[in-house]
Amino acid sequence: MKKISFILNGEKRNAYVEPNDLLVDVLREKLGMYSIKYACGRGDCGACTVLLNGKGVRSCIILAIEADGQEILTVEGLSKDKLTSLQESFIDHSSFQCGFCAPGIIMSATELLNKNPNPTEEEVKEGLSGNLCRCTGYTPIIEAVLDVEKRDVDKK
Amino acid sequence: MAIVHEFEYFKPEKIEDVIKLLGEHKGKARLLAGGTDLVVRIKDELESPAVVIDIKGIEELKKLEFKEGKLHIGALVTFTDLIDSDIVKKQFPLFWESSKTIASPGIRNRATLAGNICSGVPSLDSGSALLVYEADIIVRGSEGERVIPALNWFLGPRRTALKEEEFVREIIFSLPVKKHGGSYVKLGRYKGEDLAQVGLGVLALEGNEYRLAFCAVGPVPSRAKKIEALLNGKPLTDSLIEEAKKLVSEEISPITDVRATKEYRVHIAKIMLERGIRAAVERVDGKGPAYGERLI
Repeated sequence: MKKISFILNGEKRNAYVEPNDLLVDVLREKLGMYSIKYACGRGDCGACTVLLNGKGVRSCIILAIEADGQEILTVEGLSKDKLTSLQESFIDHSSFQCGFCAPGIIMSATELLNKNPNPTEEEVKEGLSGNLCRCTGYTPIIEAVLDVEKRDVDKK
Repeated sequence: MAIVHEFEYFKPEKIEDVIKLLGEHKGKARLLAGGTDLVVRIKDELESPAVVIDIKGIEELKKLEFKEGKLHIGALVTFTDLIDSDIVKKQFPLFWESSKTIASPGIRNRATLAGNICSGVPSLDSGSALLVYEADIIVRGSEGERVIPALNWFLGPRRTALKEEEFVREIIFSLPVKKHGGSYVKLGRYKGEDLAQVGLGVLALEGNEYRLAFCAVGPVPSRAKKIEALLNGKPLTDSLIEEAKKLVSEEISPITDVRATKEYRVHIAKIMLERGIRAAVERVDGKGPAYGERLI
């Protein structure tokens, strides 16, 4: 076992890991970040997406030990105080059905909006192209992301 | 599914330490950069290295710089780094265009060009760009460095010219001297994350010079030498394109698999050839479809 430390949702956390432990398992089972979902296990579906140093990555194909000294953000950290505009927009557009893909999609969309606050529909589709949803048909998800900017402008 | 196989993990900070570790664990060590291929293969028990050497602690391998007409791409440079680079977009637009077709943002944030060529699968989207720009691959071993031209790199599916105790330090793209335009045409089953059924990169240089490379339609990505010989020195005309299309079945040797049949790949490759060449030639003069626009 090796002790690793990283910043998880703004707080310093430690964990004891074996080299072959996956990041998704350590975050879920040892640190209680149950928003992260494990599905395909090969980086194809995006359900396990977290932000690692601000970038969306697949925690199912990253070794936990690789996260030593890095910074990780999950949905739990995103909405610590209140829901983000993106999350509110997802609720208003009924962008979830079963909800399994939602945390991963929220993290990918968060990365997209951080990088590009005013994306086109095509850019939203591209940004979410690695996140699969088997319920919604994607339309309400894309609409929710496109609506975020308008929502923020309306508030101001 | 957790990883069953157990291994030792090292994260050196110097290139010399990587060489040392590779020497100490001959043939039993694998290098880890983004891990988008390696971790999946360890999970599937297709690979069971005794030692995994994480190279992400080596700062100098993160370098992406353009100097004296050469683009130096360190082993840790990811496809997101390449897509976000104005230099890549402006100077090597075909390479930029092909990088954008790889997997999805969440994979491109981790996957590196060096890892992509070391995996060396036949469908790799970076293959065409490496071959038409005639990139050089700088590998480091215990006896120093050597340069392997990309044209000699790919030996077979998942087989490359890299020796057991060597690793890729950087990849160098040289800017063509002549004015040029390019295109990368990729056929996937849908937009977004998919492997290529057929990939084609075309580089058109001023003065009617053409370089073409296919991927996913043979054991390795390869230059289309017969088509190049036909086209070179000639201005592009409709009849020339028709002649070129007739040579496609001689240039490629696709297989039938879960993604497409052999016949379909040959058929579609001809259509891609026409669109790819036309776009590349138009782009030499700044016309034609914008880079990144899908041609199929």
